[in-house]
Amino acid sequence: MADVVEKMATREAYGKALAEFGAKYENLVVLDADLAAATKTGVFKKAFPDRFFDCGIAENDMINVACGLALSGFIPFASSFAMFAAGRSFEQVRNGVGYPHLNVKIGGTHGGITVGEDGATHQCNEDIALMRTIPGMVILNPADGVEARLAVEAAINYYGPVYLRFGRYATKILFDENYKFEIGKGVQMAEGKDVAIIATGLEVEQALIARDLLANEGISASVVNIATIKPLDEDLVVANAQKCGCVVTCEEHSVIGGLGGAVCETLSAKCPVPVLRVGVEDVFGRSGPAKELISYYGLDGASIAAKCKAAIALKK
Amino acid sequence: MDQQLKAKLGEFARQVRIGIIESTFQAKSGHPGGSLSIADIFSYLYNVEMNIDPKDPKMENRDRFVLSKGHTAPALYSTLANRGFFPVEDLKTLRKTDSYLQGHPDMKHIPGVDMSSGSLGQGVAVANGLALGAKLKGADYRVYAIMGDGESEEGECWEAAMFAAHYKLDNLCVILDSNGLQIDGPIADVIGPAPHDEKYRAFGWNVIDADAHDFDSLEKAFAAARACKGKPSIIIAHSLKGKGVSFMEGSVGWHGKAPNEDEYKQALAELGVNA
Repeated sequence: MADVVEKMATREAYGKALAEFGAKYENLVVLDADLAAATKTGVFKKAFPDRFFDCGIAENDMINVACGLALSGFIPFASSFAMFAAGRSFEQVRNGVGYPHLNVKIGGTHGGITVGEDGATHQCNEDIALMRTIPGMVILNPADGVEARLAVEAAINYYGPVYLRFGRYATKILFDENYKFEIGKGVQMAEGKDVAIIATGLEVEQALIARDLLANEGISASVVNIATIKPLDEDLVVANAQKCGCVVTCEEHSVIGGLGGAVCETLSAKCPVPVLRVGVEDVFGRSGPAKELISYYGLDGASIAAKCKAAIALKK
Repeated sequence: MDQQLKAKLGEFARQVRIGIIESTFQAKSGHPGGSLSIADIFSYLYNVEMNIDPKDPKMENRDRFVLSKGHTAPALYSTLANRGFFPVEDLKTLRKTDSYLQGHPDMKHIPGVDMSSGSLGQGVAVANGLALGAKLKGADYRVYAIMGDGESEEGECWEAAMFAAHYKLDNLCVILDSNGLQIDGPIADVIGPAPHDEKYRAFGWNVIDADAHDFDSLEKAFAAARACKGKPSIIIAHSLKGKGVSFMEGSVGWHGKAPNEDEYKQALAELGVNA
């Protein structure tokens, strides 16, 4: 797969994975809220029309219907844009899914600012922060199409609530077919000693670009992919902080409450070192092509490299 | 309905009401008004209508129940206790820090509770999922949910109403406790969600009226719900909030307040308990 497809949006991988695993897991059912063409659950619908349920533009009902299906022994994937699945339906997810710890999977597509032209109302930079506050919620934010497919199967095989975040924007395939995904395990993408870049989602690609830029200046950056934001791979985060002495987190999400927040919470207790956060600052998004917005909000490789140098300067 | 069964259901409902008063008095908080209004409905549901087994609360083919108006947990707990799911004595621990009887239903720790609830507007949507799940499995169990008339002001109720009709969930029976009162006053004064019958009919439901305190009426209503094919059913159960305790009846103030010592004694006396 990796040698034929160079780029893929993780939402594409989500839809394909649901259709693929629908054959393997007979109790897999999929719900959508009138966005099946965009979330790509339409691929599943085509393959398994009897196990696909359109709830109409009614996300709150969808999440609670998923609860009832989970109670009935099914594994429901409830899908919508991140803004609506995690945002509008936060309370249904918290009280309906989280509190009773039901086996509901929430597929939030169109996460972050790379939604692009639709602009601020649809660019969800808060979903990871919201989901992190729910006890027992697992949060998966895959970095590419390969990891997205594996994350879907891992979520199927894990009993309990899982929030999966997928993107609209096609990004580089980073992993090959030998890649093994495990919930709760980060991946050391590249070794380094001067600064540790801890990235998630499409920012992993940008972090690797930053690493090359820094290498040209003689700076050695470690790069870690954190696909499971909760529970966080604390051992890997701490090991990188100890080795490099400073950390830069990167996410297509608010700098408040997401991966950066999670890493700071861990390191402040277990290995206090300077941490700088790359993400969307405390502002709403705006319309524009995804590629341009990545630079506009300082999420590109060059911006990450600059932040890394600032982090290194903070080391004693 | 034969008189012997009617007497049994009446006595069970009386015990449920005693448990509601006892538990909210001991807790010094809770929601007696809306609990008392559904005591007779619970008596019918758990003694006649629903297929349940207190010795096997997770029985695969049991009928499912969701208390969408979760704040009336005292009614559900008292029903489950009197039906043998757990000791009646435990009702006295309601809302205490070390008790499993949480202020609102908690399916993780309370035998007989099929779904946690408490946040209004969500229960019928969960019941939709349960009813759809039963159909997908080819199972013939039925799904019941009690919601409040004030609760119907939550928009999600109407999302759920559309879903149930669209997917023809005729194994779903919702009971709307039409007691006419909510925290801020009579529902007609607060925001006026009525008429429920016309609204649900327009949403494609089989709508049945019933007297929430008359077992003959409830029997007919549940039979009509069971007989209806191709549509979900809703029983608009006309009730009296606080039913069975004179000073709580029809009173907005008893929505979420526990009786004090004197009120507790009077309430129990009215329910035929010699304190």
